[in-house]
Amino acid sequence: MSASTLLEIENLSTHYVSAQGTRVVRAVDQVSLRINAGETLGIVGESGSGKSTLALTILRVLPPAAQIVSGKMLFEGEDLLQKSDVEMQHVRGKRIAMILQDPMASLNPLFTIGDQVAEPIRVHEGAGRATAWRRARELLKAVRIPAPETRLTQYPHEMSGGMRQRIVGAIGISCEPRLLIADEPTTSLDLTIQAQYLNLLRELQRAHGLALIFITHNLGIIAKMCDQLAVMYAGRVVESGPVSQIFNTPAHPYTEALLNSIPRMNDSAQRLTAIEGQPPDLAAMPPGCAFAPRCVRAFDRCRVEAPPEFTADDDRTARCWLAATCSTPSNMLFRGATA
Amino acid sequence: MAVLEADNLSKHFRARRGVFGGERGVVRAVDGISFTIEVGRTLGIVGESGCGKTTTAKLALGLEEPTGGSIRFDGRNLQGLDHAGRRHYRKSVQAVFQDPYASLNPRMRVDAIIAEPLVTNESLPGTEVRARVLRLLDQVGLPARAADLFPHEFSGGQRQRIAIARALALSPKLVVLDEPVSALDVSIRAQILNLLRDLQAELGLSYLFIAHDLAAVAHMSHTIVVMYLGKIVESGDARTLARTPKHPYTEALFSAALPSHPDERREEIILSGEVPSPLNPPSGCRFHPRCPHAMPRCGDEEPKLRDVEGRLVACHLYDTDEHRAPIRIAAGASPVS
Repeated sequence: MSASTLLEIENLSTHYVSAQGTRVVRAVDQVSLRINAGETLGIVGESGSGKSTLALTILRVLPPAAQIVSGKMLFEGEDLLQKSDVEMQHVRGKRIAMILQDPMASLNPLFTIGDQVAEPIRVHEGAGRATAWRRARELLKAVRIPAPETRLTQYPHEMSGGMRQRIVGAIGISCEPRLLIADEPTTSLDLTIQAQYLNLLRELQRAHGLALIFITHNLGIIAKMCDQLAVMYAGRVVESGPVSQIFNTPAHPYTEALLNSIPRMNDSAQRLTAIEGQPPDLAAMPPGCAFAPRCVRAFDRCRVEAPPEFTADDDRTARCWLAATCSTPSNMLFRGATA
Repeated sequence: MAVLEADNLSKHFRARRGVFGGERGVVRAVDGISFTIEVGRTLGIVGESGCGKTTTAKLALGLEEPTGGSIRFDGRNLQGLDHAGRRHYRKSVQAVFQDPYASLNPRMRVDAIIAEPLVTNESLPGTEVRARVLRLLDQVGLPARAADLFPHEFSGGQRQRIAIARALALSPKLVVLDEPVSALDVSIRAQILNLLRDLQAELGLSYLFIAHDLAAVAHMSHTIVVMYLGKIVESGDARTLARTPKHPYTEALFSAALPSHPDERREEIILSGEVPSPLNPPSGCRFHPRCPHAMPRCGDEEPKLRDVEGRLVACHLYDTDEHRAPIRIAAGASPVS
């Protein structure tokens, strides 16, 4: 583990198990990821790909039906999975914070903005009400809320969606965490408000040296915001690596198909390259590679044997047999790079 | 040839407050807009929440009565239509909505869902209805056995295909597509967009396409209309408008669209503030409080839509005769009127 590694996830699996234990959904399956201090990691995937479960696993706030089956999560050198629940309370909100998709659901309608922004400061730092509120005012200023004094005494319903999401951002950074996990933070926002918010997040990241994990289904947000990318499909990371490398030479056919299927602003009147078929049912996964039934490059081996994670020397990984066929263990060339 | 022409169309809602509250003003959801949808073509409407795009769709569907202006469909004014004429109009204009989980009745089988418009509008024998349903399923790329299943047995993309089949059941001329792919998985969206284009080519359909994904609108549309607070600020050929926006709002909106590649570096125009309340829109140009190029007269005088290089723009920047040379005011420079 290099000195700047902030969070290293190794072989992590989180499964949802039905009450009788008969049905198992492998929501997160053998996931390995790394994020360095101050870096932005994007996790992209469709609904049901396990990206949100992964975020909940990192914070250990999973619903009762979920079980962390295996793996390690080294955060600043400490394994989060070995910590007691009380110890985790000191991690959540203080060292790792999270922003959720719907700001109205993450704010309590019965408390003032000031109380809610000040709460983590009072809980984690034991600050008094007056000190915490003073800090809260500074935080609102940092997230560009006009007239922070009056806003502190108002309630969430008195604010617009963009403003609420900025308040959730202020709560997120209130205890100066090292890592901020943002799960689809801009889905409910309008386009120009989304642009404002993304720029704000980037400024906060620079100002506080935050590492960011961005969970989204939107490749545009990844292109705009992220340094590193992990593509999830059916609970697994099928490809990971530096964003621009993956966009230029995707190694996994799913990534490639996804990038090709998106309409572009200046494309001609041609048809889009659609991905045929549907994402698999996680409770009834096909044998072999989960993407094989939809993959245009699939061959016999893909349908019987799931590919392991192949690693290239430049920190790229891909779970695809095609990444193996033209690779040697020490120096692996991706198919896309030569095509 | 135009299938639908909106002329100076307005829809104002009266706003009331509280249980006993009196009238507190008027929301000009759509305020004097004009546009034309040509046969076999797609008109895309873009804009942020509150700009009036959904109200426009409802007006086109006949679900709302305009408070001003008129809609002409196939050359006939909707206002003057009798009962039979209205019925014919409603059959000719159909809709596909955003969420196929909400728009299909979970208790009905797929064939009943698709057949419902046929049964209520046309008196056909059962075998003929069934044959039409199977043909529609085939058109939207679903197998014949889908007819006997329930909506919950389908994925989001397949449900949207069912919704499209239902919309096509009465052979409409115009289909209103209100965010037809935004509830679908990313890998499914291209399938549905391709299907919609194929159906348009095959059946000569016209579309009114509403979406917040600008790239999807640019891809699907022939003409784009940009709306802000109930007004059209710019309209014109989809591709040129997307490539070279003229109105400062269009420019900011398209610059806020996410890049399709990480190496794509664009000049970003980040607007300050948020869309003002439509209950109390700013005077003059409704965009002026957020506009980076605002001049003193923008607050007083409402700009008219005028022809600028083959498209319509409502902005005082293009008032002068020299507008052929694009007016670009450097950021930071104080504009003079």
